[in-house]
Amino acid sequence: MMKKVYARTTGIQDKVSGFCPGCMHGTVHKMIGEVAEELGIMDRLVRAEGVGCCGLGQNYVSYDTTISPHGRACAMATGMKRSNPDSIIYTYQGDGDLASIGLAETMHAANRNENITVIFINNGIYGMTGGQMAPTTLLGMKSTTTPEGRDPEKGQGYPMHMCEILNQLTGPYYLERTTCTDPAHVRKTKAAIKKAFQNQIDGKGFSMVEIVTSCPTNWGMTPLKAVDFINSDMLKEYPLGVFRDRSKEEKEAE
Amino acid sequence: MARIFMKGCEANAESAVRAGCRFFAGYPITPQNEIPEYFARRLPEVGGNFVQGESEVASVNMLYGSAQTGTRSMSSSSSTGISLYSEGISFMASARIPAVVVNVVRGGPGIGAIQPAQQDYLQATKASGNGGFRMIVLAPSTVQECVDMVYEAFDLAERDDNPVLILADGVLGTMMEPVELPEMKSDEEVAALKAKYYEKAIVGHPITDRKLGVPGSVGTGQEIRNIEAAAMYKTWDKDIRCEEYMTEDAEIILASYGISARISKAAVKDLRAEGIKAGLIRPITVSPFPYDVFKNLDFDRVKGILDVEMSIPAQMKWDVEYAVQDRLPIHECLRSGGQIMTKEKVMEEAHALVKEVL
Repeated sequence: MMKKVYARTTGIQDKVSGFCPGCMHGTVHKMIGEVAEELGIMDRLVRAEGVGCCGLGQNYVSYDTTISPHGRACAMATGMKRSNPDSIIYTYQGDGDLASIGLAETMHAANRNENITVIFINNGIYGMTGGQMAPTTLLGMKSTTTPEGRDPEKGQGYPMHMCEILNQLTGPYYLERTTCTDPAHVRKTKAAIKKAFQNQIDGKGFSMVEIVTSCPTNWGMTPLKAVDFINSDMLKEYPLGVFRDRSKEEKEAE
Repeated sequence: MARIFMKGCEANAESAVRAGCRFFAGYPITPQNEIPEYFARRLPEVGGNFVQGESEVASVNMLYGSAQTGTRSMSSSSSTGISLYSEGISFMASARIPAVVVNVVRGGPGIGAIQPAQQDYLQATKASGNGGFRMIVLAPSTVQECVDMVYEAFDLAERDDNPVLILADGVLGTMMEPVELPEMKSDEEVAALKAKYYEKAIVGHPITDRKLGVPGSVGTGQEIRNIEAAAMYKTWDKDIRCEEYMTEDAEIILASYGISARISKAAVKDLRAEGIKAGLIRPITVSPFPYDVFKNLDFDRVKGILDVEMSIPAQMKWDVEYAVQDRLPIHECLRSGGQIMTKEKVMEEAHALVKEVL
C-alpha cells in the first residue's frame, strides 16, 4: 500500500513564484507553512510583512496577510496581537526593513517582549530596489550605493548584528541566527522557526529567527556561488547560534 | 444622564471608551497628553489595551494593526506628531481600515507653538498623507461636541472603512466644561462589533477564506481601489454638517470653525446689538466642506465675508473662496502661533469689513 510521506504545505499557494533563481524566500515560506501545519495554527496565522522582496510573499502564502509601512511590521504586529491575542502573528522582514528604517520598532517590540514571532531575512542587501547598501552589507561588499565596496572610512558604517544588538536587552525571549545553505541548516532553521512560533503559542514573548540568506541577483553571483559566499564570508560576520533562549534558563531554574 | 465637569482631552477619551474603543497607542506630545494618560488608566478597567509607542511612527502603526482586527481603536497626537502619522493614515486609507485619530492642533509649521491654534486645516482636510485619499474631518467647538463626535466617529469609520479625523485644538483639549457623556456600550455590544468585522479582519481565517490587508495593489488593482475610494468619498454629501447662526437676514457673514467659531458667535451677538446684521457660518464637517451653504448665499443681500481662523496664513479661506468665487469680498481675521482669537479682534475686523462693504 502506498503511503504519503511528503506533501506540499497548504501554507503556500499552488503557483510558480516570481522570486529570482537561488533566492531563499521560497524555502523559508515553505518552512513557515509546514511549521504552521505541524503546530495546528494555520487558521489563526497572520503574516505582517515588511516592504521589499519580503513583501512579495503575500502573492504566494495562503493565509491572512497584511503589509506594513516600510519598517513598521513590529509596531503593526504589536497592535494586532494586543487586540487579538488568539491570532498567531509573525512579521517577515528583510534587513533594510528590520534593521534600518524599522530599527526603532524592532528594538522596542523586543524590549516590551511583545508576544510575536519575527522572521528576519538577512542577505546583506536591498533586493527589490536593485542592490543598494543595507545595514548588514559586509565591509568591502559592492552595492549600487557603495560601488567601491562598503568602507567605514567613507562614512558608510559597519555591518549591524541584530541578534547581538537585541541580546543587550532584557526583554526578548528567544533570538537565534540560522542559515539555509544546505539540508542540515534548512532543518535547523525549521526547528528554530517552530520554536519561535511555539513560544508565541505559549505566551512567552518576542522570538526572532535571523536567517542568513543570499541574493544572487544583486550579489552578481550564480546561486551556487552565492551559497559559497554565505559560507565563506557572511557567516564569518554573522555567526550562527542561539543568542537568547529564556526557556533554557527557565528549565535550569526549575 | 447627569452632566459632569470634565477636561476636553479626558472627556474625549472617556467618550471613546464608551463607544467601544478598546485600543489606544500614542506618544507624548503637548497639548494632548491627557488623552493617552486617561486611556492608560481607563483601558485596563474595560479589558482594553493601551500602548505607549516609542514614537508617533510606531504608534500610528500599532493603531493600524489593532484596527485591522476589528477592535475599535484610536490614537491622538498634535500637529508635528500628526505629520509623522501621515504615512500610517495613508496606509489605513489605502487598505480601507476604520480608525479614529484626534489632532489637538498646535501653532505653526515645524515644532509650532504648543498653545492652541488651528494651523493644520489644509493638512487635515486636503492631504493628510500621500496618495490623494480623503477623510471625514470633524471640527468640534465645545467639549460636548468633542464627546459626541468621538462617539460617532467610530460608526462613520466603520461605515466607510476609512479613518476619521477629529480636528481639535489646545483650548478644547485643556478647558473644562460640563458634558453629558454618551451611553457606555456593554461588553456584549463591543464583542458584537468585533464579530461583525470578522469577515474583513486580519486575524487568521480558514485557509479557504484568506484575507489580504491590501488586496489587488498590483496590476490594475491599485486603480480599481482608487476608483472605489473616490466613489465612496462622493457619498459624503449627506454627511455635511454646518451651523448657521443669524444668517437669515445677515449682510455680513463670519466664516469660522472650531474654537474660533465660538468666539465669532459671541462677536455676532455684539454686532447685532450694535445694529449690524451679522451672521455666522460654522462648518462642523470641514471635510466634506459645506460649499453649498456658501454658494447658496443671497449675494444681493450679503455684502462681505470675514474669515476668522487661528491660523496665519488663512487656510479655511481657500474653501470659502472656492465656494464664493469673486462674488463677495472676503476679509481675514487671523491670530496664530498660540495666540488666542479674541472677541475684540473679531469685532475690530468686522467693523473694518462693514465700513468697506455696507
